[in-house]
Amino acid sequence: MDGLNPKTPLPNSPLVEIRGCRQSYHKDSTSDLLVLDDVNLTLASGEIVALLGRSGSGKSTLLRIVSGLLSPTAGQVKWRGEDLHGPADGVAMVFQSFALFPWLTVQENVELGLEAQGIPRAERESRAETAIDLIGLGGYESAYPKELSGGMRQRVGLARALVVHPDLLLMDEPFSALDVLTAETLRTDLIDLWMEGKLPIKSVLMVTHNIEEAVLMCDRILVFSSNPGRVASELIVPFPHPRNRLDPAFRQMVDDIYALMTRRPIKPHAAVPTPAAEAGFATPLAPVSTNLLAGLLETLAGPPYDGRADLPALAGALQLEADELLPMGESLQLLHLADLADGDIVMTDAGKQFALSSTDNRKAIFAAALRAHVPLVAAIRRTLDERWNHRASAVRFRDELEDHMSPDYAEDTLRTAIAYGRYAELFSYDEEAAQFSLDDIDNPA
Amino acid sequence: MPTVVPASLTAGRRVPNAWDMLAIACVFAGILALVQVTPETFKPIDAPNATVVTLDPANLPEYALRTTMRMFAALAASLVFTFTFAPLAAKSRRAGLVLVPILDILQSVPILGFLTFTTAFFMSLFPGRVAGLELAAIFAVFTSQAWNMAFSMYQSLTTLPNDLVEATRAYRLSGWQRFWKLEVPFAMPGLVWNMMLSMSGGWFFVVASEAITIGDQSWKLPGIGSYVAVALDQRNMGAIWWAILAMFVVILAYDQLLFRPLVAWSAKFRVELIATIAPEDPWVLKLLRRTRVLSLAGDAISNMFGSIGRLRMELPTARRAARAPRSSRGGDIVFIAVSALVAALAVWSIVSYVILHDVGMPDLLETLGLGLITMLRVIILIALASLLWVPIGVWIGLRPAWAQRVQVVVQFAAAFPANLFFPVFVILIVRFHGNSDIWLTPLMILGTQWYILFNIIAGASAFPSDLQEAALNFRVGGFLWWRRVILPGIFPYYVTGAITASGGSWNAAIVAEVASWGDTKLQAHGLGAYIAKATDEGNFAHVVLGVAVMSLFVLAFNRIVWRPLYAFATRRLTL
Repeated sequence: MDGLNPKTPLPNSPLVEIRGCRQSYHKDSTSDLLVLDDVNLTLASGEIVALLGRSGSGKSTLLRIVSGLLSPTAGQVKWRGEDLHGPADGVAMVFQSFALFPWLTVQENVELGLEAQGIPRAERESRAETAIDLIGLGGYESAYPKELSGGMRQRVGLARALVVHPDLLLMDEPFSALDVLTAETLRTDLIDLWMEGKLPIKSVLMVTHNIEEAVLMCDRILVFSSNPGRVASELIVPFPHPRNRLDPAFRQMVDDIYALMTRRPIKPHAAVPTPAAEAGFATPLAPVSTNLLAGLLETLAGPPYDGRADLPALAGALQLEADELLPMGESLQLLHLADLADGDIVMTDAGKQFALSSTDNRKAIFAAALRAHVPLVAAIRRTLDERWNHRASAVRFRDELEDHMSPDYAEDTLRTAIAYGRYAELFSYDEEAAQFSLDDIDNPA
Repeated sequence: MPTVVPASLTAGRRVPNAWDMLAIACVFAGILALVQVTPETFKPIDAPNATVVTLDPANLPEYALRTTMRMFAALAASLVFTFTFAPLAAKSRRAGLVLVPILDILQSVPILGFLTFTTAFFMSLFPGRVAGLELAAIFAVFTSQAWNMAFSMYQSLTTLPNDLVEATRAYRLSGWQRFWKLEVPFAMPGLVWNMMLSMSGGWFFVVASEAITIGDQSWKLPGIGSYVAVALDQRNMGAIWWAILAMFVVILAYDQLLFRPLVAWSAKFRVELIATIAPEDPWVLKLLRRTRVLSLAGDAISNMFGSIGRLRMELPTARRAARAPRSSRGGDIVFIAVSALVAALAVWSIVSYVILHDVGMPDLLETLGLGLITMLRVIILIALASLLWVPIGVWIGLRPAWAQRVQVVVQFAAAFPANLFFPVFVILIVRFHGNSDIWLTPLMILGTQWYILFNIIAGASAFPSDLQEAALNFRVGGFLWWRRVILPGIFPYYVTGAITASGGSWNAAIVAEVASWGDTKLQAHGLGAYIAKATDEGNFAHVVLGVAVMSLFVLAFNRIVWRPLYAFATRRLTL
């Protein structure tokens, strides 16, 4: 892989050291469902590190473990060489949702961490003013968060973190709730301050699902795989700041990371137990609507793609982030309507046919794909066919799914299966009674 | 959805479980304990001038002030209760298991039935002194205010936004600091709103609890309520109008000086990051914010609270990372064993009381029958009030210019103690020889119908304008418009209002099913009259039985009718 250097150990003494970290949901009477499995992480002074992965890859969980908000199920977490118990001194966090207190002014929000430490009022105020000015919020001291735009709110979040002079700044998808332009301004402002040495911090650990953001800002990227979360690869970003998104080497690195993230797992993960009912029954389905899938197939079928597209280019053209595009691609792959390989998405024959068909034929193609490749939907339909009254409770399927995945995933998977089955007219669903049936279905077997 | 939902709707469960049973047993065992420590004979109160009420209107300002002071004393007690009860129930899983159902039951107990015991109890604490009477009155108001305030805070504490909780932990606020920085502010809008509802309800009870007659003893605490009671005895209609006027002034003052500013102020604690167009500040709040001296005083107060909140007050074990919730089996077993023991004791004390006081099956059947009569009244009244107020409320609610002004008036009407108007009705019934069973009935809903109107107006004002336009565009009109468009749209609001009204009506039955004008006594058939009569005769066993049956009726009514309706409304009729 061009442009990617192998991991080189850093000489500095580590701020954070995590060994063999595991995190699991404990569910009664079944094996542990793993969120994180055997994660190792070392964080040294002077670096910005990204945890990059899809939603559900456990990267946010890892960030919370580093912050001390969460204790791992197993493994060792050391902060400045000592075991970590609870939120530590010298760590500050920036939240995706900003987590500002609506009843406190900008100044009061920024002073929160200082107040907790019992720092006297005069010092609090002067430090808060410094941080507010540094981050470009001067003049907004007495405003309430609801008077500010999203970008300004996240600046408050940053000032609140910087004012406690943390050694380590943790950021949980800090720019993902902002629009593109605002996010870009904040990123460059932050990197400029970092390069000029104006930030009172030693190191930054950020969670993101935006590949370009990681390449733009970070010195090192840990790419996570999902289900369970593992560090799939670790990359050093060799470019000096300021970085140019259009630089061919930059583009190449983004492409390579796309390829890494779409690489098919070689073998089924050992930690996901093989489904008891039937193979593949408990394959998680991402909540992607049929409209999106149809739209993507139509786009791919038309020019300039003609059935094949480079994922980063496609993401750019559709203004989607990797985290949004990849689940769509994977859903198509699961249905055998398209294939993902080497950072490209390629339509299959069935996919091309789908794109050219009328609504009714599309439904037939989709139904055939579902019955062949989505065991959950096939199982629901088969159960309905077998029952004399053609009815079945959704609770049973949810319970079975929950034996193999977390309740949230089970919920998403079942919802998606219901939506797909309804679209393909394989079954009806009564939300009120949580019941599948063959009412209003034209072709009961 | 209505922003504030009665707690009895949201407790979630419908089918009573073991904890409900425990709660029912404990509440009634507690009540019995209160009855038993009460001496069966009453010592006459000696201080002659302390409890004399004259009908001279010149005394009314003083009486009004005393009534108001009782209200605020009770409000302070309710706040203390709320701030201890709610955190305890929210933070300890085990305490929550017991405390939440207990609160749910307490909400359904008609407190007016207990004036007798509480008065006797507090008077036995301060024999021969007015303090006992004062405390009894304050306690009566407290029991009408505390439960929904505590429930509101409990709900807030269990629904704290996760990101803010994480922020307080990441920035290492101690539990005490988090309480003042996050939990109290977050609970504030709901708490203030419930305080307002409580105060509105409270005027009714303070008026009812100032003049108490048990057996052939009667006491009158100087206040507006006892002033009205004396006026009734002396058939002095002029005095009653004076009392109504005084009450009007008091409620106007409390509304303008206290609650409008408080509600406007509490809006800043709403967790919504969208700037909404805030309605103009009430004049008192403007005064506070813009007057230099007053705002300095305000700053001083907020600084004081700020420094309380800044104390760390940390327990040595408090700083821990969150682990997957792990319950200790042993602790649970001990807890359940203790709970079972308490439940057994409670049941035993109830059974022994029943045996001792010879309350038999006939009594039970009689009260159940009377309960059905009162229930029929409540249902008919709610239906009639709905027929009247739903169209009017919708009409007003869809006209924004009207809605705001009418809301203010309706809120005022809800706060006004309806029992002050009872004499007017009684005179009419006496004059026209009306049937008590029919004509006393409307009194039950006199004060509570406003909750229906209030919520209907709120619902209709919140009805999405695009849906209205769609209905107009497709020319949906007449009956179809009511059935398909507006009624489903306001239904969740309607249920919220109707449950409040029905709960209040049950309570009001105790004072509304019997009425008197001088020597003339009017009495309707019903559980309320049964309780009132038993109180008059000093027959405690019957009072307890009546109140218990009424509580069960209210509980069953809530669980069987309102909660399913509310669940349906939230599931199906909201976007």
